[in-house]
Amino acid sequence: MSLKPSMRTPLSRVRGLGSAHAGTDHFWVQRLTALSNAPLIVIFVGVVIATAGQDFATARAIVSHPAIAICLLLLIVSVCVHMRLGLQIVIEDYVHGQAAKFAATIANLFFVFAVGAALGFAVLKISFGA
Amino acid sequence: MAQFSLPQNSKITAGKTWDKPAAAHGELAEFKVYRWDPDTGANPRVDTYYVDRGDCGPMVLDALIWIKNKVDPTLTFRRSCREGICGSCAMNIDGGNTLACTKGIDECGSGAVKIYPLPHMPVIKDLVPDLTRFYAQHASVEPWLKTETAQPEKEWRQSREDREKLDGLYECILCACCSTACPSYWWNGDKFLGPAVLLQAYRWLIDSRDEATGERLDELEDPFRLYRCHTIMNCANTCPKGLNPAKAIAEIKKMMVERRV
Repeated sequence: MSLKPSMRTPLSRVRGLGSAHAGTDHFWVQRLTALSNAPLIVIFVGVVIATAGQDFATARAIVSHPAIAICLLLLIVSVCVHMRLGLQIVIEDYVHGQAAKFAATIANLFFVFAVGAALGFAVLKISFGA
Repeated sequence: MAQFSLPQNSKITAGKTWDKPAAAHGELAEFKVYRWDPDTGANPRVDTYYVDRGDCGPMVLDALIWIKNKVDPTLTFRRSCREGICGSCAMNIDGGNTLACTKGIDECGSGAVKIYPLPHMPVIKDLVPDLTRFYAQHASVEPWLKTETAQPEKEWRQSREDREKLDGLYECILCACCSTACPSYWWNGDKFLGPAVLLQAYRWLIDSRDEATGERLDELEDPFRLYRCHTIMNCANTCPKGLNPAKAIAEIKKMMVERRV
């Protein structure tokens, strides 16, 4: 907490830049994706168990089954969105310098898109690729 | 980054052990009390006092007053009502934030009773924290009835059921035990309103007579003002009045979702 003396009134400092009128979507979508993560991760664990120890052709046949591939794509979206929202909260809680906060927020966003794109590409390549 | 260690000038040094009372009427209880004097510029210290239980009331506040009267008149703390209604003597006793006047000495664990000011607030002197920002945050939620309808002749009417919705909220005495027990308030207290102020905000949001509910929600809808609450529950755990600020905050979040989903 800053102890620097200031001539601004306490109320002015508390009001700051005003309300962002945001945060509810973040809160709501984080809970929605928590809900969707639950069954999707169960399916994902099932796929891991089913493909463990199988040869390449069998594993590929399992993953490229339309229902499974769609579930995996949904899982990627759901987990990535949830991860971004969760990490955003950690950044807001603990990273206080404006420059560091912007850098961390941007890195978080780029990381999630990169991971999501790579994972999505992998599932699509297994499903459709030669 | 959030501050996880004390700043250099807040590091606690060894303090003075004051003499035991010469002729005791009963058992002696040991108290270790945080001391900081703004006039000396020295780091804070923890002094040890021995209180004659046979000559002193049962509460921690009684012991502090006994020390101030009989041992060390420079010991500084706030107190007023001595019955848990003014909130002045909120401090960290035996590891938890509570009111010195309603905390029994016998309720504290074995060994010395440790007494510190409310955590993570600037200290004015000894056990007196600077609550200026806390009070400004309370003012910022405009804690009064806001109406546009012409004033009724007698009173703003409220059903028995609607009045019951204020139970568990109106009892808050703004002692700041909950807010200063909240890690989110420690790390982001400049922007997060904290449990006490959010409970007060909800007290007006849920008041059936108030006509500014939407505007109040607008002002609270902010990633920092409201959504820093991560349901840690320290607030409900420590409240000396047995209230549940975390539940009030959850109700505000439900209202936020309700008006858009």
